[in-house]
Amino acid sequence: MKLKRFSYPYLLWLGIFVAIPLVLVLYFAFTTGDSQNFGEFQFSLDNFKRFFTPIYMKVLIRSVNLAFISTVITLILGYPMALIISKEKPSKRNMMILMFVIPMWMNFLLRTYAWLTLLGRNGLINTLITKIGLKPLDLMYNDKAVLLGMVYNFLPFMVLPIFSVLTKIDQGLIEAAEDLGASRIQTFIKVIFPLSISGVITGITMVFVPAMSTFVISSLLGGNKSSLIGNIIEQQFRYTGDWHFGSSMSIILMIFILITMGLTSKFDKDKEGGGGLW
Amino acid sequence: MVEKSIKRIYTFLIFMFLYAPIIVLIIFSFNNSKSRGVWNGFTLKWYIELFKDREILKALYNTLLIAISSSIISTILGTFAAIGIYNMNGIFKKIILNLNYLPVLNPDILTAVSLMALFRFSKLEFGLFTMLLSHITFCVPYVILSILPKLKQMNIYLYEAAMDLGATPFYALRKVIIPQIMPGIITGGLMAFTLSIDDFVISFFNTGHGVSNLSIAIYSMARRGINPVINALSTLMFISMLILLFTINKRNDKDLIEGGR
Amino acid sequence: MTKKGLALLLVFVLLGTLALTGCGDDTPSINVYNWGDYIDMDVIRQFEKEYGIKVRYDTFATNEDLYVKLKQGGSSYDVIFPSDYMIERMTREDLLVKLDKGNIPNMSKIDEKFLNRDYDPGNEYSVPYMWGTVGIIYNKTMIDKPLTSWADLWNEEYKGQIIMLNSQRDSLAVALKKLGFSMNTRNIDELEAAKEELVRQKPLVDAYLGDDIKGVIVAGDAAIGVVWSGDAVAMIRDNPDLEYVIPSEGTNLWFDAMVIPKNAKNKEGAEKFIDFMTRPDISAKNTEYIGYSTPIPEAKELLTDEIKNSLVAYPTDEMIENTEIFKDPTDIIGEYDRIWTELTSEQ
Repeated sequence: MKLKRFSYPYLLWLGIFVAIPLVLVLYFAFTTGDSQNFGEFQFSLDNFKRFFTPIYMKVLIRSVNLAFISTVITLILGYPMALIISKEKPSKRNMMILMFVIPMWMNFLLRTYAWLTLLGRNGLINTLITKIGLKPLDLMYNDKAVLLGMVYNFLPFMVLPIFSVLTKIDQGLIEAAEDLGASRIQTFIKVIFPLSISGVITGITMVFVPAMSTFVISSLLGGNKSSLIGNIIEQQFRYTGDWHFGSSMSIILMIFILITMGLTSKFDKDKEGGGGLW
Repeated sequence: MVEKSIKRIYTFLIFMFLYAPIIVLIIFSFNNSKSRGVWNGFTLKWYIELFKDREILKALYNTLLIAISSSIISTILGTFAAIGIYNMNGIFKKIILNLNYLPVLNPDILTAVSLMALFRFSKLEFGLFTMLLSHITFCVPYVILSILPKLKQMNIYLYEAAMDLGATPFYALRKVIIPQIMPGIITGGLMAFTLSIDDFVISFFNTGHGVSNLSIAIYSMARRGINPVINALSTLMFISMLILLFTINKRNDKDLIEGGR
Repeated sequence: MTKKGLALLLVFVLLGTLALTGCGDDTPSINVYNWGDYIDMDVIRQFEKEYGIKVRYDTFATNEDLYVKLKQGGSSYDVIFPSDYMIERMTREDLLVKLDKGNIPNMSKIDEKFLNRDYDPGNEYSVPYMWGTVGIIYNKTMIDKPLTSWADLWNEEYKGQIIMLNSQRDSLAVALKKLGFSMNTRNIDELEAAKEELVRQKPLVDAYLGDDIKGVIVAGDAAIGVVWSGDAVAMIRDNPDLEYVIPSEGTNLWFDAMVIPKNAKNKEGAEKFIDFMTRPDISAKNTEYIGYSTPIPEAKELLTDEIKNSLVAYPTDEMIENTEIFKDPTDIIGEYDRIWTELTSEQ
């Protein structure tokens, strides 16, 4: 079959715009020197040694933790939503999916600022709460606010792939299961969910990965009291100017995520699907 | 019946969650104050200023141009790539897939500076073109990721059957494969558009010569506080999207009814 | 049908852009690179009209971003607007050209006290654009006694009400000043002591914020914040309960100035632009829009009474006697980074 030829243009693209920059990043990661003078770097492993110290480990663990929780929440919220939308009739279905995406077309910073207006101590939610006679809540500048920001921003990336897989499940299989006397829950667990697993894995990838490296959400909604790994990487590139350390942290993060995703794709029974890692 | 209302309520709550900040943003575009914190009375002045603001309108134009062209190009490139990759085997396929993951895995800032270094070495002039190249680079992987699960669902024998019946590969592709993976292509394209319209870091480091998009304009306003003109613009963009969506939908409904007769 | 229409439209748009970018324009132009929303666009239109020079205007978000863009090349700028310490660094790294003061006669309009500062002795490279201080802003309805010093930010009573800046440098400067050290210190022991202060303060701090600090304080979500004087003016206009003080231990005095990078293509046009921006009537119009403080006395006189008599925007000489300007931190930035990471890696 000659179908694989279709990928050749993109392979070329990958080579130029992904592989070469990756080599550059590796070069940065294994050297030190003034990041802006490319000729004068010295080989060094210091960047990696520096990362494997308790401070950075603590930050890494915290980031993994938050990214994991937010992925689980997005999956729990997103799967039923994808299922509901996929059961609608086609015209309404497309409309609902678009309505799911449109909020994301407003600038990220503006949306996050709007959350500040909602969640602040004198924000709209607390105003409502105090109106009905309850005590105001502390909604801002903690991990819960960071999680909310992550779930809010990444939810569509969970719903979309699951939805697109669900729409194409053979209705015959579902009917067959029901004819054979399976309850609706059994049908879901034994038929629908297993058939949608590749979409779920794509969704998990698209949520977990940006959640691992985000910095704006933790900075605006978390109040910067505790950094995430994304904040520290950003700081190296955009403030400290140490591209070497920033690159090596990114490489470590990359390897870490690849391993995690590799493990996740083990759940994909035949590894041909969306995950496709290892 | 109970199930139906549970579904309704759930859908309502999720959409409420998605739209709450948007509603706040819209309300504050009518706020007679430059700061976000307080409500100072109703005004339309930001809308009037918006139409006088050449820079913001130009940024809007660039944003849409880049988002539309990069999402179309990356959807096409990504669709072919996904079909090709799906039909590969062995270690090569794994390497390609993992390489394809990199722009998704890397923090934006890393993608941004590594592309910047690449463009600098290749002596390209920074501007619209370099920005477009970088947007395509980070959009394609998402397109591929959303199409692969659809390919897996597809019945591959249909394609082979078409070939056996004498279809050319391109004809079979167009008539058999593409229709089956269409939902994946559409979600991939939507994601590409969404990512492109929202990107700041990669755009910032890979543009030049007076070309900027809305994200760059917004983020660089941050030190002084975001000008509410931006809120007004977002409101207008949002409303025109909604109107467009509803008219397309209305027309589709009508087409369906008429087609049925 | 519609699909074809859309495709056609797209092709036209793409061709149109190519045509627009493709055809060379013979009218002289300059590339100006400034902070976002930091100029009155009408002023630029006026410049274009008076001089027949087209202005291509672009914006950046931080001094460090500006530095990277400049250093990486690939696009050339004729006038850029870095802050004091960044000018010092750019001069040292030979990224700027000396100004021909004969072409900038309006430079004589600038107040002597803002010229010849350490970051650019003799103002060979830079012309001040805006200036200001860093201080404490607080909400009088939420805090019952007047705040006067940085030490007040360590007062247990204000737990959960304090917003610090999300900037290694500015927050360390606050702690250093509180301890009576220079904010430009290179002494590791002093920096360590400042770090201990920040660690001690952390439980009292509600958040370390950047620009969003303004909205939070104006809305009354928190009572005390560290802000730039220019922003304080606007914040007080939005919420009259706010009060700005320059702390007694002394503070940071900052400048944003106009400079010309080495790779500028139109130096002559750039100097005309700088001269134009320094003209009192133009500076006044611009200052009115931005709300920061102009270094040109004649321009200040053209502002409304409310602003020109404001001690927030234009403090007396005594009030800013005890101030320091940031020095280029490149040699010590590794230490700042370590301290900040240690501070923010704790829960």
